[in-house]
Amino acid sequence: MSARSNILNKLRTGLAGSIPRPDDFDERLVTEPWQYAPEDRITRLRNLMEAVHTEIHQVSSDNWPDKVAEILAARNLSNLLHAPATAHGQKLAEYWPKSGSSAQLLAYDRPVEEWKEELFWEVDASITGTVGAIAATGSLVLWPDRHEPRLMSLLPPLHIALLKASQIEDNLYAMMQRQNWSAGLPTNLLLVSGPSKTADIEQVLAYGAHGPKELVVLILEDV
Amino acid sequence: MSERIPVTELTDGFRDRAEVALADGQLRTNFRTAMDSLMKKRADAFPDEEEREGLRELGNRIKARALSRLPDLLEQLEAKLTDNGVKVHWAETTEQANEIVHGIIQARQGSQVVKGKSMVSEEMEMNDYLAERGVECLESDMGEYIVQLDGEKPSHIIMPAIHKNRSQVSKLFHDKLGVEETDDVNELIQIGRRTLRRKFMEADVGVSGVNFAIAETGTLLLVENEGNGRMSTTAPPVHIAVTGIEKVVENLRDVVPLLSLLTRSALGQPITTYVNMISGPRKADELDGPEEVHLVLLDNGRSGAFADAQMRQTLNCIRCGACMNHCPVYTRVGGHTYGEVYPGPIGKIITPHMVGLHQVPDHPSASSLCGACGDVCPVKIPIPELLQRLRQENVKSPAEGAKVKDGGAKYSRKERLVWRFWRTLNSSPVLYRLFLWGATRFRKLTPKNVGPWTENHTAPVPAKRSLHDLAREHLARNGGQ
Ligand code: SF4
Repeated sequence: MSARSNILNKLRTGLAGSIPRPDDFDERLVTEPWQYAPEDRITRLRNLMEAVHTEIHQVSSDNWPDKVAEILAARNLSNLLHAPATAHGQKLAEYWPKSGSSAQLLAYDRPVEEWKEELFWEVDASITGTVGAIAATGSLVLWPDRHEPRLMSLLPPLHIALLKASQIEDNLYAMMQRQNWSAGLPTNLLLVSGPSKTADIEQVLAYGAHGPKELVVLILEDV
Repeated sequence: MSERIPVTELTDGFRDRAEVALADGQLRTNFRTAMDSLMKKRADAFPDEEEREGLRELGNRIKARALSRLPDLLEQLEAKLTDNGVKVHWAETTEQANEIVHGIIQARQGSQVVKGKSMVSEEMEMNDYLAERGVECLESDMGEYIVQLDGEKPSHIIMPAIHKNRSQVSKLFHDKLGVEETDDVNELIQIGRRTLRRKFMEADVGVSGVNFAIAETGTLLLVENEGNGRMSTTAPPVHIAVTGIEKVVENLRDVVPLLSLLTRSALGQPITTYVNMISGPRKADELDGPEEVHLVLLDNGRSGAFADAQMRQTLNCIRCGACMNHCPVYTRVGGHTYGEVYPGPIGKIITPHMVGLHQVPDHPSASSLCGACGDVCPVKIPIPELLQRLRQENVKSPAEGAKVKDGGAKYSRKERLVWRFWRTLNSSPVLYRLFLWGATRFRKLTPKNVGPWTENHTAPVPAKRSLHDLAREHLARNGGQ
C-alpha cells in the first residue's frame, strides 16, 4: 500500500463514528475590532508601516513619477526596474525622459534566467503596483503576474510601491471578500508590511535581511 | 565564556543536559533576556482580553474543525494543488520524505539547495541526508544560518539562534567566513545577506516549510520577516515545500484569525513583513517563479497522535513558540536541553508521538504544570492536561497496552509495589494507625538520604506527634469544639 493510502486510512480509522464539526466561523471576531472611518484608514496604515521603517508619501494621481525621480535622486541611484506592460509602467516610461532623472529605466521584459546575475546584483530600485492595502495590519497586497513578476518586489534594495488610496481596506477579511480571493489566486499572492527585517541576533531589529532594505509607498490620492 | 553545547553531541538524557545548561550563566542570561522580551511583546500585542480570548476560541474551533475532516481536506488539498500544477507527495516516515526530496533534486541534477525555515525539514534531518548524497543544503534564515554554521541545531522554533549573543555570532563569522569581528548587529546581518544572496541565485532547488495549507484554493501560506522564504520559493527553478499533515485548513478565510494569532503570539507583531501565498508554479507566460512546485506531506507519528481523541489536540499547534517563551522550565534550561527538534511544552507533547516515549521518558515530567503554556496557547491546546496524560502513559505496565508510541517507558515494578503498599496502608485504618504510631516513635531512624530530594533539601522527618493525635487532644481540651 502506498504511503498516501496508509496515512488516509489511519486518519479515517481515527475518525470512525465521529461527525465533522460544524463550520461556525464568526467573522465579527476578525472584522469588528478592525474597522476604521475612511479618513482614518490612511493614518492607520501610515502609522503601522512607518513604525517598521517604511517611507510613505501621499501624492497626486497625476504627477507621482515626479516623486519617483526625486526619491531616486535623493539616494543617487542609477537605475529603476519597472513593468513596461502595466498602466503605471507605461505612464512612468512616458514621463521619464521629461523628468530629467539620470537614472536609467530598466524593463522586466524577459525571463529571469536571461539576466539573473544582473537582476540580483545590479538593479538599484524597482517600482510595482499593488492591488490594495490593509489598514488593520499595515500591509500592501501584491498580485504578481506575467506583466509584473514576483522578483521585482524582492531583489532590488529599494522597492517603491504604488497604492491607490481608494483601495485601502479595513482588514484582511474585508480585502479577501471584496476581491473574491477564494475564486482564484495568482501563483504567488503577497502581503508586504515593510522592508525586509530580522531580529535573529539578540532580538535586535535589523533591516535589509534578504529582501529590500527600503520600502517606499506612494499613496495616490484618487478619492 | 562557557562552552556551547551542540545538540548533536549530547547523548545523555534531559536531566544531565539540564544540569549542564543550568550551570551555564551565559546561556541562562541569553535565554532569560530573550524570553522576558518575547513575553512582553506578546502581552502588548493583545491589549484587549476579550478580543484575545474570542480569537483563541475561534482559532481552536477552526483547527478542531479541520482535524475533524482531516482526510477529506487532505484529499481536497491534493486535488486543488494538482489542478494548480503542484505535485503532491506523501510520506509516512522521515526516511520516505527525504527520499522524495532527494529524488526531485536528482531529477534536476541539482547539487545546491537553499532552505527557508522549516521545522519539518529539521524532523527529517534533511541537511545531513542530502549532504551524505553530495547535495549542499544551506539554511537561509539568518538564525538558522548561524546555528548551521556553528554545527548546532535550532534552540527555539521561532528564534533558532536565541541562545547566542552578538559577540558569539561575530566570533563565529570571523572564524568561518574570515570577516572582521564587529559587535554591530546590522553589520553582522549584512555579512549574512551578502553570503546568502549568491546562494539564492545559484541554487537549483529551494525548500520551504508551510504555515497553513488551504484546501479550498490549493494554496501554501508561508509567513516570514526576512525575505529568505520568498527567495527560496521564487528564485530557484524548483520549489519543494515540506509540511506535516496537520497543517491543512478548510477555507481561505480560516487563515485570517490563525495568521493574527500566530504572528501576535510568536513575536508580538500584528503581521509578519511577508505573507507569501503560493498557489502554483510559474505559468507558461510568466517571467519568474519556479518551474516546478512540490509539496511533501509528512506523517511521522502524527496519525498516531490523531488516533487518540485527547492527544489529537496536539495537532492544533500552529508553531508560534509562545508556550516555550512562557515556560519556566524552557526559560531556564534552553532549547538544546530537550535534545529533540521541538523543545519546550509543545515538544513535550508532540515528540513522544514522533520518536516514542522511550526516547524522551523525562519530557512529560519536565514541567511544573504551572499552566502558563496552556494559558498562552493561541489555539487553546490543554498542554498541562496532555502532559498529565503522557505521565500516565509513561508508567503504564506492558499488560495495560500502550496507547502512545512506546508507552510504559517508565514503568517500574518496584514503584508499582511501593504505591500498592501505600494504597493499602492508607485505606486500612488499623494499618494506618500502626504506621503513624511507628513513624512518630521511630522518627530518628528516617534515612538522611532520600534520593534526588536530598540533593537540594534536608531530609523530611516525621513530627513527634501526628496531626490526628494533636487534633484529638485539642478537641478533648475544648470539649469537642
Ligand atoms: S502548542 Fe500552542 S503555544 Fe505552543 S507552539 Fe503550538 S500553538 Fe504555540
